[in-house]
Amino acid sequence: MSAVKLRNRHLLGLEGMSKEEVNLILDTAVSFKEVLERPIKKVPPLQGKTIVNLFFEPSTRTRISFELAERRLSADVVSFATAGSSVSKGETLKDTARNIEAMKIDMVVIRHSAAGAAHFLSRVVAANVINAGDGAHEHPTQALLDMFTLREKHGSLEGLKVCIVGDILHSRVARSNIFGLKTMGADVSLCGPATLIPRGIEKLGVKVYHDLEEVVPHVDALNVLRIQLERQKGGFFPSLREYHRFFGVTKDKVARASKPITIMHPGPINRDVELSADLADSEHSVILQQVTNGVAIRMAVLYLLGTMNQENARV
Amino acid sequence: MKLHLKSGRVIDPTTGRDEVLDLFIVDGRIEKIGASLSTPSSFESMNLKGQVVAPGFIDMHVHLREPGFEHKETIETGCQSALAGGFTAVCCMPNTNPAIDDESVVRYIRARGGEVCRGIVNVYPIAAATKSRAGEELAPLAELVRAGAVAISDDGSPIANAGIMRQVLEYSSMYGVPVIQHAEEPSLVRGGCMNEGFTSMRLGMPGIPSIAEEVVVARDLEIVKYVKKARYHVAHISTVGTVGLIAGAKKIGLPVTCEVTPHHFTLTEEAVEGFDTNTKMNPPLRTRDDVAAIKEALRDGIIDVIATDHAPHTIDEKEVEYTQAPFGIVGLETALGLCITELVDQKYLSLLQLIEKLSVKPRGILSLPTIKIQEGVQANLTIFDPAKEWVVDPTKLLSKSKNTPFAGRRLKGKATGVINNGAAYFLD
Repeated sequence: MSAVKLRNRHLLGLEGMSKEEVNLILDTAVSFKEVLERPIKKVPPLQGKTIVNLFFEPSTRTRISFELAERRLSADVVSFATAGSSVSKGETLKDTARNIEAMKIDMVVIRHSAAGAAHFLSRVVAANVINAGDGAHEHPTQALLDMFTLREKHGSLEGLKVCIVGDILHSRVARSNIFGLKTMGADVSLCGPATLIPRGIEKLGVKVYHDLEEVVPHVDALNVLRIQLERQKGGFFPSLREYHRFFGVTKDKVARASKPITIMHPGPINRDVELSADLADSEHSVILQQVTNGVAIRMAVLYLLGTMNQENARV
Repeated sequence: MKLHLKSGRVIDPTTGRDEVLDLFIVDGRIEKIGASLSTPSSFESMNLKGQVVAPGFIDMHVHLREPGFEHKETIETGCQSALAGGFTAVCCMPNTNPAIDDESVVRYIRARGGEVCRGIVNVYPIAAATKSRAGEELAPLAELVRAGAVAISDDGSPIANAGIMRQVLEYSSMYGVPVIQHAEEPSLVRGGCMNEGFTSMRLGMPGIPSIAEEVVVARDLEIVKYVKKARYHVAHISTVGTVGLIAGAKKIGLPVTCEVTPHHFTLTEEAVEGFDTNTKMNPPLRTRDDVAAIKEALRDGIIDVIATDHAPHTIDEKEVEYTQAPFGIVGLETALGLCITELVDQKYLSLLQLIEKLSVKPRGILSLPTIKIQEGVQANLTIFDPAKEWVVDPTKLLSKSKNTPFAGRRLKGKATGVINNGAAYFLD
């Protein structure tokens, strides 16, 4: 293994993470992906470790992906899912964290509707904290699996032209992808309605577009975000119909590209809203590879963080 | 009480006096002022060399939380905090439970202020503009003013409706009291919890845009122009745009004043990184450009008053997810240190100008008697050491709540004592 190590004992976000660290995670995931192809998909590195998955927001895909990754690394796994904020539930996040602490958990995976929830947890517990999505802030493992999938498909992220399409304002997937892809030297652009593009985002070194047809000729991949119906009530766009017509990614719109464009989506897809069904199921879609790679990426992150303390102890 | 205050630097903006003098205080009155007086027998002598003796400070924007939220602060603990910060008077905002929208509440708060801390701190209630601060019907403004309210405000919430604002300004103009606006357009805030800008974009946090404040101030200024004799004061201004609006209004002679908090001239939105909920306040911490404009506006006299917006919340209330945490920080005990460190040391204000903004100007806006440092008057004094360096330790605050973003910060300048209403309070 290389001499590179992760600098932080938590994975809270990709902002500030170095290229070497991202490569370490992606390279580690390559070996775990190979494990997933074996008839017996289980390896022992986290044997004896206890991991709790705290999901304060509904999630099927990410939770199952984490659970699978944890079990395949032989960890003991406890999952806890509840909707709504900790405040409305009666117990505060701080109390929840203290309880976890009292139960001597080694690692915590947290998904929460509030930006900063994972940071908060990392300050109050001794366990390694992995952010599985905090509000509209970051979703680092999603961006890592997106980058892994792009690297697999295109060979390198350096200079790769990626456009993130949709509701950037409310998207943690978009933020983590921007931070990660920029670090890796990709050329990142955004496309969506002006009401859903946060002010000042150009300062992160991304180009902003409001017309897909303008973007399509220049990109290698489109990462299409899920649009939530609630945003219509919030006045961010007039109707799903209009959204689909102007910002929905369809065969017609990508037909203008000179070369095939890789289609990605973090799921779950609203078919024929942000992404047409035929495109989602087409040969250029890597949506299901993303799901497979998600398990490998999460195994890599869990492995690197979970064995970090042991290595330190040995030194 | 017979005190000989020796060799203090007496700074009195109303007379322009700034010289090292001795004062004799007898039973709360300034009996004699002179250079190098000798201590008569039976007088207690205090050496104030290097310290400043100023007219008593007033904080025209605090939340004392009583009645209704005594777990955060009471009139008594709020007054203790005021004393420790060097204030001889505070004006408390009406977002209590019940709100200060009935004369009985005004009378209760005034009476309680007289009872606590030996009555050293004058507690002046600010009454609600609308019933229950709901922004719909006028509160009984005449009764409230007659009972002793010194200003009218729905602070904590804006007077959002333009028609109601017009009526509040018209009605209150009969009694000469200022209307204090918490300028915030609700439809532009929508769940925001920090400044909308580069930092909120990176943190994925819902933002409060600067225009939420500015559109309300701009609208109100047009109403003030239209309504004759209204007096309008903008609370806790936070943006370069608001500074410009106030400057323009003052230029054309509108009866407009405003205040700024120490945190808005000290911190920027970047303090929110790390998600410390003690950086969550309303209005939010803004950008470097806003801070720079506010400091210049203090220097240029566009901003009249420094007030703290002292907003106590318990640790349990604050130690939650950022979006869930209540807005506000305590401010009484860190105000003077921040003013001297950020404004006097950085040459935006002289000590005399600072004292104007902490004592003379707010009293003028509230039509309270001007405090003079001269023989024969009741002593209402704040004594402070402008050179004393200290580190903010939240556990040492006298406020019931400890929610400050300044923990561990080194400040210069600290109050050492106050004298008011016939009683004296000295720290250490």
